[in-house]
Amino acid sequence: MKRSVIDITDLTKEEIDRLTDTANDIINDPEKYAHICAGKKLATLFFEPSTRTRMSFEAAMYELGGAVLSMTDAASSSASKGESVSDTAKVISCYADIIAMRHPKEGAAYVASNAASVPVINAGDGGHCHPTQTLADLLTIKREKGGFSGLTVGLCGDLKFGRTVHSLIQALSRYDDIRLVLISPEELRLPDYVYNDVILKNRMKCTQTTDLLWALPKLDVLYMTRVQRERFFNEEDYLRLKDSYILTPEKLFLAKRDMIVMHPLPRVNEISVAIDDDPRACYFEQVKNGKYMRMALILKLLRENGAITY
Amino acid sequence: MNIDSIKNGVVIDHITAGRGMKLYRLLDLDGLGVPVAIITNAPSRKKGKKDIIKIDADITVDLDVTGYVDPGATVNIIKDGAVVEKKNPELPLTLKNVLKCKNPRCITTTEQELPHVFRLTDKEHKTYRCVYCDTKASV
Repeated sequence: MKRSVIDITDLTKEEIDRLTDTANDIINDPEKYAHICAGKKLATLFFEPSTRTRMSFEAAMYELGGAVLSMTDAASSSASKGESVSDTAKVISCYADIIAMRHPKEGAAYVASNAASVPVINAGDGGHCHPTQTLADLLTIKREKGGFSGLTVGLCGDLKFGRTVHSLIQALSRYDDIRLVLISPEELRLPDYVYNDVILKNRMKCTQTTDLLWALPKLDVLYMTRVQRERFFNEEDYLRLKDSYILTPEKLFLAKRDMIVMHPLPRVNEISVAIDDDPRACYFEQVKNGKYMRMALILKLLRENGAITY
Repeated sequence: MNIDSIKNGVVIDHITAGRGMKLYRLLDLDGLGVPVAIITNAPSRKKGKKDIIKIDADITVDLDVTGYVDPGATVNIIKDGAVVEKKNPELPLTLKNVLKCKNPRCITTTEQELPHVFRLTDKEHKTYRCVYCDTKASV
């Protein structure tokens, strides 16, 4: 049966657990998976530039022994001639066994998944969903902390517009005994619809604060995001607040010795490069984990669609 | 105020006062070209005040639209001057081409042929969200 993943909620908690198990198995024994997708093709349809996500998907497919068909420039594709997302998805379905798609418009991957005859993975649709980033985040937490229960997870920076944060909260809400600490300037607090529909609805333990230094000693996981200048109404507020949410070695001194620091990347200056060598810095590991989770997801969707057996 | 009773047609009754015009608009009754009467703020034993729409033509009323605007309304089918069927529309699970997504970043803004579809995500608060971008419908 054809199955697509557009939003992290398209996967059950059990499915995510199995994906992390597969990813761990790939990490431990990559040779076992090196030829599973031989003869299969992944099409990466990127209607807007994103080098790292596209390369992650492509590396994932190559490491499974498959091939990649890549569209990296929407301007030179049929989309520039006015072709609809649905028609593009139908056409590409004739060439590829699975599609990874990024598009600037919210809901574009959903439209493609309805039209395509092969599975579609949403590689980001505007500011809406980016489920494989969340899968990377979950694998990182699971590998570094051994699981989710009992963790205090701090989310810091732009919690208002950060889709990775919303999606991660949604995914974590399915696990028991997780405490969230939301650290942001007032202007960039988590939107009410996420707070009400996810945190309150799932009765998650949650604290909101503007003070990173207060929160740091309590955290097992610190998920940093960028505070962007353009999100503020005036320059004064931005200048007043920007340094509060920059992680430096001095601030990290307050954190637990086994806390992990995560970031969806790219970072600008919100994590000092001096932290990169700290064993608690996991953001580059997170990138690697993203590739493994994409491999696990490609395997799952191809297998469910009958394209491979393993 | 007297409005003649109809012989064959539809009477949408018990509409919450103030919602009659919205229902008229969303049902696109203006475009039907048949006699339609809208009574607003009519006295009601149950609600104090209510709106009523009388359509003097044998048409099919979209129950999803009616349920969306007012799940408390009743749709009465009239044949030969008598009520032959009474329907109580419920809050529909999805709405197709009734509302338009107002999110400028939604795919429906560039792909004109796509239907505008909203799904009910919170029955208690009557919240509908766009199936493409999850934007909340403005009621």
